[in-house]
Amino acid sequence: MSDDVTVPPVDEHARVERTAGVAATWGGRLAAVRGLGLVGVLVILGVVGVVTTHGRFLSGGNLVNILTSSSIVGVVTVGMTFVIIGGGIDLSVGALVALASVWATTLATQDLAIRYGAWVMVFCAVAVGAGSGLFNGILVAYGRLVPFIVTLGMMVAARGLAQSISDRKTQLVTVPSVNALASDELFGIPLLVYVFAAVVAVGWIVLNRTTFGRRTFAVGGNAEAARLAGIDVRLHTALLYVVSGLCCGIAAIMIMALTTTGSSTHGDLYELDAIAAVIIGGTLLTGGRGTLVGSILGVLVFTTITNLFVLNNLPTEVQNIAKGLIIFAAVLLQRRGRTATG
Amino acid sequence: MTDLNRRRLLAGGAILGTGGLLAACTGNTPKENSGGTVDAARGDNAKPGKHVTIGFSAPQADHGWVAAISKNAAAEAKQYSDVSFQPVEATNDVTKQISSIQTLIDKKVDALVVLPFDGKALTSVARKAMDAGIPVVNLDRVFDTPQAYRTWIGGDNYGMGQSAGEYVGKRLKDAGVAKPLIAEVAGIDNLQLTQDRSRGFKEALAKYGYTVSIRQAAQFTVESGQQVMSNILQARPKLDAVWNHDDDQGVGVLAAITQAHRSEFFMVGGAGSANAMRLIKTDKSVLKCTVTYPPTMAASAVSLARLIAQGRGMSDLTEHEVPAYMVLASATVTKDNVDRYLPLGFES
Repeated sequence: MSDDVTVPPVDEHARVERTAGVAATWGGRLAAVRGLGLVGVLVILGVVGVVTTHGRFLSGGNLVNILTSSSIVGVVTVGMTFVIIGGGIDLSVGALVALASVWATTLATQDLAIRYGAWVMVFCAVAVGAGSGLFNGILVAYGRLVPFIVTLGMMVAARGLAQSISDRKTQLVTVPSVNALASDELFGIPLLVYVFAAVVAVGWIVLNRTTFGRRTFAVGGNAEAARLAGIDVRLHTALLYVVSGLCCGIAAIMIMALTTTGSSTHGDLYELDAIAAVIIGGTLLTGGRGTLVGSILGVLVFTTITNLFVLNNLPTEVQNIAKGLIIFAAVLLQRRGRTATG
Repeated sequence: MTDLNRRRLLAGGAILGTGGLLAACTGNTPKENSGGTVDAARGDNAKPGKHVTIGFSAPQADHGWVAAISKNAAAEAKQYSDVSFQPVEATNDVTKQISSIQTLIDKKVDALVVLPFDGKALTSVARKAMDAGIPVVNLDRVFDTPQAYRTWIGGDNYGMGQSAGEYVGKRLKDAGVAKPLIAEVAGIDNLQLTQDRSRGFKEALAKYGYTVSIRQAAQFTVESGQQVMSNILQARPKLDAVWNHDDDQGVGVLAAITQAHRSEFFMVGGAGSANAMRLIKTDKSVLKCTVTYPPTMAASAVSLARLIAQGRGMSDLTEHEVPAYMVLASATVTKDNVDRYLPLGFES
């Protein structure tokens, strides 16, 4: 069957685009309420923090620390939000961060970087991330394979490739300008946090103010309607995985700066952290509805919990239980929200 | 039309170029060969004896330490003209390790050196080897029963914690600190070895009347080390000492310390990576000491296996047999003795 046969009439095109738009604003309103809920959770966590740590929680250093700790998963989560709103899922994000970090810190790459500048490493990480994302995207969109399986395969393969390139060793970053990203500060805030903010800002604009963003909602909400409306669904789906891979590449540069290393152990379980953040942020796992702000709030909630537990010197097990309970609560809330509106 | 073709050509060229650059970037051959075994002075044990075949099986390297184990064993075997070394494929699959050891038994090697992925699961196959008359040298992770090995040689996790605690305690006492704030960055918490290390640390500090002020577990990875330490530094605006269980995760711990611009305390590492020792040597970071858990034990295990297979004892001891049990002491490496230990450090 060829796509050229059914050229949608102009008015239908407009109608579908409009419904997609309506769905987006509904989603937006619903998520705004939920986003408010997450802000509430953050406030509660903050109060608990202030009470249990004698105010140390609110010190400037600690707040910056929370933002810095959120920044890497945060960037991955931006890409994940796009993929999930578009009706897919990307399990390979953690492994892609590891692969890109290893690829960009091999002795060969660092030699080039010392000779020609740190951009070689940046380019390498981003190209590996986006390239792997493209591979995912082509298999999902044009190979018509289930995203869960494709990205699961990529998760295993990319981690394996990272291990074989690095020989499972930790590769130290010797290019100072890369490490400076985490150690240098502007107005007391590490440059990493600015990178995080920039990625979120660009992501928000693309998702909410461009055709690409509207199409993402349309494809995730109803792929068939989107196709009839003249959207190249396959191309768009493939591009969503490129966006996710691109974010992984950026995150890889950030993790190289923060840990001063590239390693096949980087990005461990990022896929779970990112998906969990997207879900508690109010994005539907089935796609078509969601917000980026919610996802980022979700990341902040998780990082703040970790921070609170360490500040109070509590063991990690309890931390994981708390995180799990929050995911349950968020999904229950989401279900109630859906039955209420629909 | 030609314009389109040219554009395609350009795009194709760009893709090829990207691929070429990326491919060039996978090269990872270090410029110099580093790490490995040292030539310790030996008695007449080094003299060639009967020719023996030594089988070797270890888990797949998931971090620098395990990688160094396999490398050190092979390097040691190469030093003897009377040893043929037969390593089997490294694996983290228990059933695969069992079957590869079975192959070595069938080949009738003269001795086996085994670092089991899981000591319990590999006990029966090791016992089979012993029953078949092949002496087994058990490396580090211990089998369930002494029937399964001729000699056990391994590191001392409790001792490692103890060495770290001694160093921290003594240094703080010498400095006259009354109520020090001591932080501990542990490894994976549900491992027995992590618990042993922490117990050793705690009990050594107790002798000085000190306690650990904050203890958090990381995952033995650089990333987790960075994350845990950045939070610990927020939890304690002032610290006197830090012990970090593992030098590999220590890279992340040190990154967090640099990023937080903190330097009011000193830090002790663990395991003894070459990188940590180089930092101790330059004496410019907070890392002042590391306590070893030496992967050179693999080299020692091979030479023990050789002696056992040749029916010889250790020439510096009076007995005609190799001892059955050897716990390696955890050395405390500081600026003063780092030059001696640096060749033993492993590249993480």
